[in-house]
Amino acid sequence: MDKVLFGDNQFFAVNHASDEKARAQSIRFKEDTAIIKVIDQAIDLGINTFMCTTHDRIGNLCDHMRSNPSRYKDFNIYPCMPYAHKYANAVTELGIMGTIKQYVPGNIFGTFAKGGFAFLSKDFISMMELLIDAEMKMFKGIKTPVIFIQNVLVDMILGLKMYEVLKEYDQYIRKKYHAEPGYITMNMPALLDALNSIGIENPIICSSINKIGFRMSGGIEIYEKYLNEKQFRPIAMQVLAAGALRPKEAIEYLGKFPRIESVLFGASSKGHIQETKELIEQYL
Amino acid sequence: MIKGAIIGLGKMGLSHAAIVGAHPDVELKAICDTSSLVLDAFKKFSAVKTYNDYKYLIANEALDFVLIATPTRFHYPMVKYALEKGLHVFCEKPFSLNTHEGEELVSIANSKWLVNQVGYHNHFIGTFRELKRLIQTGVLGELVHFSGEAYGPVVTKEKGGTWRSVPEEGGGCLFDYASHVLNLIQEIIGRPVKVSGSQLKSIYSKGVEDAVYGTLTLENGLSGLLSVNWSDETYRKMSTSITVLGKNGKIICDATEIKIFLKEAAPKEGLEKGWTIKYITDFAIPVNFYLRGEEYSAQIDHFIECIKSKKQTSYNSFEQGLYTDKVIEMIIADYKKQ
Repeated sequence: MDKVLFGDNQFFAVNHASDEKARAQSIRFKEDTAIIKVIDQAIDLGINTFMCTTHDRIGNLCDHMRSNPSRYKDFNIYPCMPYAHKYANAVTELGIMGTIKQYVPGNIFGTFAKGGFAFLSKDFISMMELLIDAEMKMFKGIKTPVIFIQNVLVDMILGLKMYEVLKEYDQYIRKKYHAEPGYITMNMPALLDALNSIGIENPIICSSINKIGFRMSGGIEIYEKYLNEKQFRPIAMQVLAAGALRPKEAIEYLGKFPRIESVLFGASSKGHIQETKELIEQYL
Repeated sequence: MIKGAIIGLGKMGLSHAAIVGAHPDVELKAICDTSSLVLDAFKKFSAVKTYNDYKYLIANEALDFVLIATPTRFHYPMVKYALEKGLHVFCEKPFSLNTHEGEELVSIANSKWLVNQVGYHNHFIGTFRELKRLIQTGVLGELVHFSGEAYGPVVTKEKGGTWRSVPEEGGGCLFDYASHVLNLIQEIIGRPVKVSGSQLKSIYSKGVEDAVYGTLTLENGLSGLLSVNWSDETYRKMSTSITVLGKNGKIICDATEIKIFLKEAAPKEGLEKGWTIKYITDFAIPVNFYLRGEEYSAQIDHFIECIKSKKQTSYNSFEQGLYTDKVIEMIIADYKKQ
């Protein structure tokens, strides 16, 4: 993995410190061309990996990349699935069954389709595979060497102790997409223990890692202990703690943990992208 | 270990099951739902016992508490049954559809000294707690006006659906989104005693309202506005905010930040004249397990702590939840009168 992973929160009105800033971002990135322009700037600064949710609008970006193959030949996307709010809002409105009907591709009650069989026989693993395939469709022809599941799902499965689901996910991503599975979590130590318990060794885990312990569940001490002592491939996110830390002190802190392989960050201006990238390369 | 079960495994029930399951002091013994899809998933992937009848679950499991996250119309019979069996109860919001039933539940819970809590999770968000504290210090001077708002993209197309499109079952925006705002106003600023100009507007839903607007007058005489709309696509997810205006300034508070404007500085609070912006990073309540927001875990931690230390909850008691139901009733009556 590259040391620098460029994120997408800024494009989709996700701001953990301010709803107002989030709205300003959503106005600025209304057109896909505005997103592409920032990604192109990141590429020109030497960033080659974009880590993004499977938001509908990413599909448009993928179309653009496919129609300009030479421009994006060295560019990787790390998809993070699912785009959770799409499903969460659907569950509130349609219930769990209604949501499955809406998002499992094909006619779920058509007994001759794979989806129909999976649904009628309550074959959860096949249903999961169908949903993964549906989310991955937009990335056809684009390099996706690491494929993540989002924290809301990882942490739900973790809390429910349904670890077997993670194992199936892990195997499917390797087999079908020849990619490395990745896990985003707000509960890194507990997740690593759970993955190890089902035989998943040295996993890629993306979690909040910052000097003030923001969104580091269980406390900063146990995170630091795991970063120092355990075998896994950590990616640091929320390194600025939603803006509470200045970039230099934030990245300098990450430098204390040699195991951290990559840093995920998002920025909208060329200056910020360059500054953060240089800091990561200096300290990591 | 405290032993618990969850009844109703929809979106909130599943989320609670994960949080309860991850709690170091709690053993999640069983779950109950009518969906065979959900039950089979638990049977296949987890060690938790599954039931499709809550009475049977309660009869067969040795429990300290149940958490009830079923559609609202089932709250009354389920909560009552659990309380009568001597169990502590955490009930999702809104508490009841009928305040007579709600009152009965409050009196059973109190007479049996059982821990009772309703899932108004916003009170476990640090910024809203800070808002309450700041108002109590009097930094705003005499209060003049407030507004409580919530917007989000739940129903953005015309189509029918689940129990959420049936008004008698508490399916609309009033019982869902607006109850959160009413409860925040009630606990942070004061209890509404009068409502006027209430508007329940259907935008895309048939049969239920998608937006609620109106005026609230509080027990302290202060009046303000309610503005809630769950069919607003300009918001990525539910966004709740409270604004309070006083003679010495204004505070705008949501789940991520608290913006304070003061005409005169408040040195005791370290607040300067003009704007001060503080972020959730300063106020977030630390939790051991995180799913969708600290507040969801923090409210369960609080409930479990009350059970362990045998004390009544200081946040979101049934009585507080019931008061919100009473305000909802006032709004419906006011709307129908027009």
